[in-house]
Amino acid sequence: MVSAHPHSSDLHEALARPRPTDPASLAAWTIAAQVVDPEIPVLTIEDLGVLRSVNVAGDAVAVTLTPTYSGCPAMDAMRDDVLEVLTSAGYENVSVRLVLSPAWTTDWMSEIGKAKLREYGIAAPTGHSTVRESGPAGPVRLKMAVKCPRCSSLNTRELAHFGSTSCKSLYECRDCLEPFDYFKVL
Amino acid sequence: MSDHIESHADDHTDDHGHVAVDGTVLDAELIEGPSVATADVAEYALWLGDDSLILAQQLGAWISRAPELEEDVALGNVALDLIGHARSLLHYAGTASNQTEDDLAYWRTEPDFRSLHIVEQPNGDFAHTIARQFVVAHYLFELYSRLRASADATLAAIAAKAVKEVDYHRDHSTQWVLRLAQGTDESRRRMITALSDVWPYVDEIFRDDPLTDRLEGTAVRPSSLRPAFDAAIAPVLAEAELEIPRGFVATGGGRVGKHSEHLAFILAEMQVLTRAHPGASW
Repeated sequence: MVSAHPHSSDLHEALARPRPTDPASLAAWTIAAQVVDPEIPVLTIEDLGVLRSVNVAGDAVAVTLTPTYSGCPAMDAMRDDVLEVLTSAGYENVSVRLVLSPAWTTDWMSEIGKAKLREYGIAAPTGHSTVRESGPAGPVRLKMAVKCPRCSSLNTRELAHFGSTSCKSLYECRDCLEPFDYFKVL
Repeated sequence: MSDHIESHADDHTDDHGHVAVDGTVLDAELIEGPSVATADVAEYALWLGDDSLILAQQLGAWISRAPELEEDVALGNVALDLIGHARSLLHYAGTASNQTEDDLAYWRTEPDFRSLHIVEQPNGDFAHTIARQFVVAHYLFELYSRLRASADATLAAIAAKAVKEVDYHRDHSTQWVLRLAQGTDESRRRMITALSDVWPYVDEIFRDDPLTDRLEGTAVRPSSLRPAFDAAIAPVLAEAELEIPRGFVATGGGRVGKHSEHLAFILAEMQVLTRAHPGASW
């Protein structure tokens, strides 16, 4: 994606995907980054921004993940898969922690991830998270048209706020008449 | 796990076989390292965690019984978010007394629960559940909006996560209040009845307590949320042409463990499996 503000885009990437700088940790990160979301197997935990840190010290690898939603049941599977993939790669002392802060946001989803999501038949989040960072959150309600992942029509409507997993809502396309999932902004 | 539970598990032989409770532990705190709650902070975390846990348990009962499939899914998702908040809060509360989130959820009896009376009110008909949801979601949104600035990093982290989720709950209940109040004569009649049945329990939510006095800057003073709550619901009720019910105010007492008869039944259903088969997993 071409960005008019390459510098701010770099900062955003560093927050969304804080890759380690030392070669040993980066190697382990690259392996952990292959783990996919069990509910949406086209997205890796790196695409999602769920992989927060990987740190290799001696023979120990410490990984931190952050949940998408507080109650997301897929977190257990992602944690187990990270343990599995690193253990299979020969790391012996692997630990995985889940942290809540900073709170995950769909703003962290990579552009590659969004493209894969559309290809998979799920509309990617549009716009940005609207809850303010501090103070009382005001009634900021940005409603952007959601594009049908099948026919690209913008003539769509929300059928239900909540969908098959915490992170999705259910939409319908008024042109091709197909229902589809939308990965809602958080 | 605490000792009494391990001894239960050890004494128990049944065909569940090897006991392997899933060990996912949410470190709600910042990345730097785990933190332990003080007794007061733990008590406050218990307040909020119990509210979310009991409400989630109640909402779960709607799955397969809601007016439409989408509502099964919606109320199930709302409950799942609330379970997530309850897990983080009870985990944190347990750090003060060396108990796990499951110890606190499954092995306390009603006098030890700190939840508000509004969350233990029966589901009633769909309008009652929506009225309760409308009040609680708007309250939680205002609460978590402010708790993000808590001096306690763990509470702030939990709140920053939760506020974004309860924003969706708030919107969901608002849409239903409007739909029911402006739908048929029957749906409007039920919405009015539900709101007047739920309203006596609103007052308790915003009562201050010596605990929140002591935790100034860490907890959110309940009474400080009332103006924002009133301001947020007023335009919805106006649009729905609903009036704020006048009538009696319930005595409350949930924060000191005084509950109505409803809570014991909720706990009985929520806790029966764990107590019959300690340590079971599936």
